[in-house]
Amino acid sequence: MVRVLPLFVAVPLGAAFMLPLFERLKKVRWLADLVAVAVTIFLFIFALQAMASPGAVYWMGKWSPESIIGINLVLDGLSALMLFTINLVAFCATLFSIEYMKRFTSKPLYYSLFLLMVAGMNGVVLSGDMFNIYVFLEIAAIASYALVAFGVESEELEASFKYLILGGLASTFILFGIGILYNATGTLNMAQIAQTLGVPGQNKAVLLAICFFFMGFGLKGAMVPFHAWLPDAHPSAPAPISAMLSGVLIKALGVYALIRVLFNVVGVTELVANALLIGGIASMTIGGLLAIGQWDFKRLLAYSSISQIGYILLGLGIAAGVLFRPEIPKAVAGLALFGSLYHLLNHAVFKGLLFLSSGAVEYATGTRNMREMGGLRHQMPITAGACRVGVFSIAGIPPFNGFFSKLIIILAAVLARYYISAAVTTIISFVTLLYYIKVQRYILDGDVPEALEGVKEVPVLMQLSLIILAVLCVALGLFVPLLRESIFQEAERAILSGLEYVQLVLAGG
Amino acid sequence: MNQRSGMTLIVKTITRMVAAFIATYGIYIVLYGHLTPGGGFAGGVILACGFVLLFLAFGKDFALEILSQRGTSIWDCLAAFAFLAIALLGYIGGTFFYNVIAKGEPFHLVSAGIIPLANIAIGIKVAACLFGVFIALVLFRMARSPEEMEEE
Repeated sequence: MVRVLPLFVAVPLGAAFMLPLFERLKKVRWLADLVAVAVTIFLFIFALQAMASPGAVYWMGKWSPESIIGINLVLDGLSALMLFTINLVAFCATLFSIEYMKRFTSKPLYYSLFLLMVAGMNGVVLSGDMFNIYVFLEIAAIASYALVAFGVESEELEASFKYLILGGLASTFILFGIGILYNATGTLNMAQIAQTLGVPGQNKAVLLAICFFFMGFGLKGAMVPFHAWLPDAHPSAPAPISAMLSGVLIKALGVYALIRVLFNVVGVTELVANALLIGGIASMTIGGLLAIGQWDFKRLLAYSSISQIGYILLGLGIAAGVLFRPEIPKAVAGLALFGSLYHLLNHAVFKGLLFLSSGAVEYATGTRNMREMGGLRHQMPITAGACRVGVFSIAGIPPFNGFFSKLIIILAAVLARYYISAAVTTIISFVTLLYYIKVQRYILDGDVPEALEGVKEVPVLMQLSLIILAVLCVALGLFVPLLRESIFQEAERAILSGLEYVQLVLAGG
Repeated sequence: MNQRSGMTLIVKTITRMVAAFIATYGIYIVLYGHLTPGGGFAGGVILACGFVLLFLAFGKDFALEILSQRGTSIWDCLAAFAFLAIALLGYIGGTFFYNVIAKGEPFHLVSAGIIPLANIAIGIKVAACLFGVFIALVLFRMARSPEEMEEE
């Protein structure tokens, strides 16, 4: 497994460069589909294998851990979990794209950008080097700017431009932060930075870098108050891209990078823990409240993404906070992290499902306005069924997966004596339920408007990707204890023991 | 060559004289990337600037005949592919990006293993890509209708 780790980046990158050459080959249009599906299936199987054997370090070009200039890839529990999430949603989105993207101009170019984005995200979660995180983050981000504008309508271009400006700002902050860390330590390798810095919170320059990282990664991850671009950008993209952006991009570029840098590189302090808590609660509350008033289906989902990112950040904040309270057992931090990462995986699955079903609804009805829809459960039974599973999951209705992850986060908050956070989380869960009842009432149930009398179910391949994700929503909910032992414990350990990361990398795997 | 398209005779004459030098200098920077300052990116930018100069001096038809929009996209992809292939070549020596080719003697043109090859791939990629971006920006302006231009 270790020897082929670079293929996570190399294979989608190679396919992305090959696909634009197919643009003129009109007779073999299916070839682009075939390549994209084959690559994403390959990556998904590969990610499953990576998850079975985490704890590997790969040095490119035979550089050794002793040198400070080599580039390395690190596969630990957290990276493996992220790889699984990214490539799972990428596979389902590709499957969905085959039919859905027929209405757009150039499929090979679309897949090319799509695979560039996947390559960038895989690179971000594997990279063991600060500057390469930045490079891969830019690859993924620039591909996503282009994909948001893929429809080339004025609204989409405006959203893409806004996203481009704010995303560029975020990248600049991240680069400044990396520059400060490089100045303070003389190396870009994350393990070596962690080793040089020693005790967290000592170096004041690093505090400034942490501020920059919060702004940069916070913007990429749509943490309130850096969320303004998301409700424009995510609905404007084609549906499979919305699913990728909301499902995994904001997590890989925002949340994952924040976790990695804060927990494994610079080390958490009480200040960081409080910032994560406040950011989490603010995102959760503001995103949730703003979602209630939305009538555009995809815009509602976008606001809900901000709210759900808040849950993940809150879980991280609790875990970080517990480390500074000796009276609370360390296991609570593990539980909070479990809840947070579990919610991250769950959110990728059900938000992917919801965005894809919003795409299916738009494909069939031609509208995103919830006022113009109704009664789709009669005409589109499979889409409606899958959408309902997604709605139940995100609203936290047992036994779907969203219920368990929210429960675990609330439980961890209570155990860590963050009573106010626990109360807010519970209230926001009801708010979530409220706006998803609205989705059900106006889209799935009710009377069919006259304009939508002749609406038919979407093609089989689109249904298939919806069904896969819907089944996963149920499966992830039913096998919680099993999952914790097999997947999440490795990831929790990777985050909580910052020192172990250093040892893993510098001992050469 | 159409005399009416492009800029004045003076600009055209000067461009004709310097274009070859610019191209040579760009190729020199790419090929000597492992020995002197510069390299694939810098040389590629110089090459792209040469194309832009031709475009500005002789008009779009002349420049696009040498390297069309489609051509830039193909060269861009092929060069990127070549760079990836060089990286994958490292697997012969056991590691991604491993320098498998003999390093040769330092400070000679044929030395440093895969680095000159990687520089050439980057040079072509950057030249094609930057010129492609330039074409895209210019043609996008041309593609707008006169009414839209008036509104602004």
